[in-house]
Parts: sequence; C-alpha cells; structure tokens
Amino acid sequence: MKEPPEIDVAGAARTRHPLRWVASLVLLVLAAQLVSLLVTNPNFQWDVVARYVNAQIIGQGIMTTLLLTVIAMFVGVVLGVLLAVGRLSENPVARAACGLYVWFFRGTPVLVQLVLWYNLSYLLPEISFGIPFGPEFVSADTNVLITPLLAAILGLGLNEGAYMAEIIRGGLMSVDPGQTEAASALGMSSARTFRRIVLPQAMRFIIPPTGSQVISMLKATSLVSVIALADLLYTVQSIYNRTFQTIPLLIVACVWYLVITSILYVGQSFIERHYARGATRNQPQGFWSFVTSFRRRPMPTPEVPS
Amino acid sequence: MSVPMVHARGVRKHFGHLEVLKGIDLAVQPGEVVVILGPSGSGKSTFLRCVNHLETIDGGAIFVDGELIGFEASGGKVRHLRRREITRQRREIGMVFQQFNLFPHFTVLQNVIEAPVGVRGEPREQARERAHALLRRVGLEDKAGSYPRQLSGGQQQRVAIARALAMRPKLMLFDEPTSALDPELVGEVLATMKGLAEDGLTMIVVTHEIGFAREVADRVVFMDGGVVVESGTPADVLDNPSSPRTQAFLSRVL
Repeated sequence: MKEPPEIDVAGAARTRHPLRWVASLVLLVLAAQLVSLLVTNPNFQWDVVARYVNAQIIGQGIMTTLLLTVIAMFVGVVLGVLLAVGRLSENPVARAACGLYVWFFRGTPVLVQLVLWYNLSYLLPEISFGIPFGPEFVSADTNVLITPLLAAILGLGLNEGAYMAEIIRGGLMSVDPGQTEAASALGMSSARTFRRIVLPQAMRFIIPPTGSQVISMLKATSLVSVIALADLLYTVQSIYNRTFQTIPLLIVACVWYLVITSILYVGQSFIERHYARGATRNQPQGFWSFVTSFRRRPMPTPEVPS
Repeated sequence: MSVPMVHARGVRKHFGHLEVLKGIDLAVQPGEVVVILGPSGSGKSTFLRCVNHLETIDGGAIFVDGELIGFEASGGKVRHLRRREITRQRREIGMVFQQFNLFPHFTVLQNVIEAPVGVRGEPREQARERAHALLRRVGLEDKAGSYPRQLSGGQQQRVAIARALAMRPKLMLFDEPTSALDPELVGEVLATMKGLAEDGLTMIVVTHEIGFAREVADRVVFMDGGVVVESGTPADVLDNPSSPRTQAFLSRVL
C-alpha cells in the first residue's frame, strides 16, 4: 500500500475573487459620483435645507404626522384584533362579515378611501344615531362632523385594520393548539386564555410585521396632503408653492421621515426582544447587556432543539 | 360503597363517520389508580379527554365525584352546560399531556402559579410557597426561574405535573405522559407519578408502559376498537388475559 504524499493544508493560499474587486470598484466610483453631485450641484440649495430643517412650521407638520400615525395605528390595531378574532370565531356570520371587511379595505387604494371619507357628505348629508329603521336620537351635519383630521383617521385607520387583522390572525394561528388545551384543562376562561396564554405567544409573530406597518403608516400619512391636512408633506408643499424651492424642501421632508423611521427601527428591536422570552434556550438579552454588546459583541449561541 | 370518583356509563363519541367510542362503562373509586392500555386508535386518549370535557361526548354520561360533566339534567331534560360551568368543572380535574404543553413564555414558577392565582384567586405569596413545595416534590426546586425550553423533556413533564397539582385536583388524568420522552428520561416521570399514587391521588393513566401498570395500577383496563375489552387487577389482565385481543396486544408490546 502506498502512503499519501506529505501535505499539510495549514497556510494554504486563499481563493482569489477578481470579480468582487471589479464590483467593489464600480460601486465606489458610483458612490464618489453621488457625493460629488450632492456637494457640487447648487440646485440642492443646502443653505435652504439648513434654514428650514429646524423651522417651527415644519415641527408642527411633524407633530401632525406623528399624531396621525399613532392614532391611525391605534385604530388599526384595535380593529385588527377584533377582526382577527371575528375571522377565527365559530360564528359563521361574524366570519363572513370580517372576511368581507378585509376583502374590501385591502382591495381598494387607501388614497381612494381617504378621498371618499373626506367627501362623505355627498353620500350621507346627515349622520344620525338612533334605533335602526326606528326613531333618531342625535343627528349632525356630515360636513361639520367629518373634519380633515377625522377623515384622515378614518381613511388610514380603517384601511390599516384590514392589514392588521391578517397579521394578527396569522400570529394567533401560529400558537400551538395544545396551549389552549392546557389552559382549558386548568380551568381558565377563554378570555383569560386569550389574554395570558395565546396573545403573548402570538406577539412574537405579530411584532415584526407590525413594525413594518408602523413605518408604512408613517409614510402613508403623507397621502393626507390631498385632503388639505397640514402634515409634514403638506407643510413643505405649502412653503415651496410660495417660494418655488421645491427640491430643498422635499429634502427637508425626507430627512425627517428618515429620522423618525430610524428611531422606530430601534424601538421595534427592543419590543421584539421582550416578546422573545422563553423562545430559545438562552436567557433573553436584557437592556444593559444589549447596550454593552456594542462594545464587546458576543458570539451568537446556536439554538439547540429540545 | 362510596360514590365513585369517575363514573362513565355508555360513553359514545364519533368524529364524523368514525365511531371512536362505542359505549364505554368505567367506574374509578377514590384513591384508585387505573391504567388504560390499548393499541393506537383504540379510543383510550379520546376517552380520557372526554372526562374533562376537552371532547364533547355524543352519548352516555360521565360523572366526576357525582357531578355530570359537560351537561346538566333537570326536569327530565338534558342540556349542554355553559362554557363558564365547564371551566369550573375542569378546575377539579388535573391533566398532563403527551406534549407537556407548558407555557413557553412563562418561567417554571409562573407556569405553576398562573392558574391558582388567576383562576382560583389564591394570594400570590401563598401560591408561590406552594409552587416551591410542589417543585420540590417533583425534584425541580432549583429550576423555578428557568423557562420550559431550557429544561429536558422529562423535567418539562414533571413541571407539567406540578402545574396540574397546583390546582389541588381531586382527579388526575395522564395522557401518554412518557410517549414523547427519550427512553432514559421516562423513569424520572414514572417515579414522580408513582409517588402521587402512593399519596392516594385518584389517577387515570393512558400509557404504553406495561411495567408501570404492573407496579402501580390498582386496576388495568384494556381498550380496543372503542370498547373496554377487559378490566381487572394487573395480574389478571397482564398475566392471564382472557381475551385474544388482549393476548395479541400484550405479545406485541412485552
């Protein structure tokens, strides 16, 4: 029998990747061009951007945008929970009604819905509360009732409810049915089982897509400029319609949208950490170890199947 | 003779066209340990799940401690109980599942105190003390702060037993408690269950562990095809089975 030749692979030469070098070079040249464009093109009017980026009126627009995002998201989440529970209920009428809602509000553009709510008075000149098909107790002029803010909340919130319903339904269905059985066997009521056992576990699957929804919502609020609500985009539009400094003012808006979405990303990662409790064999990372991990990043431990 | 802890009479259950239980009669006396054996699909797990109304029976009746389970009879009429009443009945019946079904987002201690505090309204401190005592009894006192996924299967199942005991049940149901475990972890769970039997707890155990049946059971029930084929002391059923179906089953598993 022949012995194999004396070879030790320690210190072997690395494989060369010439194409990586070419791609990197191309990207670097493109980046340099972009920076040069940003710096040398006077049409960006960076001085104007700097002047407006801290302006008080922009701040008011941001506040409106944030307020609208928070309220519309709140409406969407509450509605989403109700619709998701409805779609998973044993009542066939509730299932059908909730399914129809989701079908309609996901199937039509949110911009159309916004304009529709804003012009509701053409359809219903008066809104009344009373016994269905019976006497009315309170009655109001739709034009007075539906302000641009309310139209925006209805348009964005009701649309969001349809999307959140699907996200929450998916999350609820991902929880092992054995969990509900164990809770039932312990004598827990269905409400308590939902609140303490099913929902917290569903949250792990609900939070990441909901974070994306918040970011989408923040940007979707810019649509309300069509119904003359003074959000961030409408505010910069109203300025550049007077001063014709269109590009620098749109840059101001972009800067603020980016700042807010960046903050939202960080917030989302903390919430995800909270709901990851017990999901792996490792203890969930706390706030302090997360902060210090920027200095000494520990090696991730692989999850061991149980 | 006292009131049986469990009294099933002519229990029938079907899933669609498949008849799973074809009239089960069984009485379990207080303090008795009954082991139900039988091949897969014999209906033994389904019957166990009927006892705490996780499955609704289609005919016959089940009484636990003299109370009709899942239904109420008055004035010659029988009607389904409301969910709230069913929930109240289940508090008296502990159940241990094949897949443990611990709540993974709670620590071991939270798993054990969740129902006593949230359902029975026990003071948290008192429930905590009892939980520690129960965890000591199943040999897991040092794991109170762990999450279920950090435990082995055998440890998880022992926590599940402690969780069920925390509700002070008068009856415990075990649905193949060791079937999902690695062979070397089966012993610790069976030892825990044996301890409960010695303390006089009324237990119905669905299992494939013939050794456990022989050692711990007061009575062994053999089910096949949705009926009770044979019932008696472990010595009678396991060593001198009268039915050919029992003989065939035992020759396969022993």
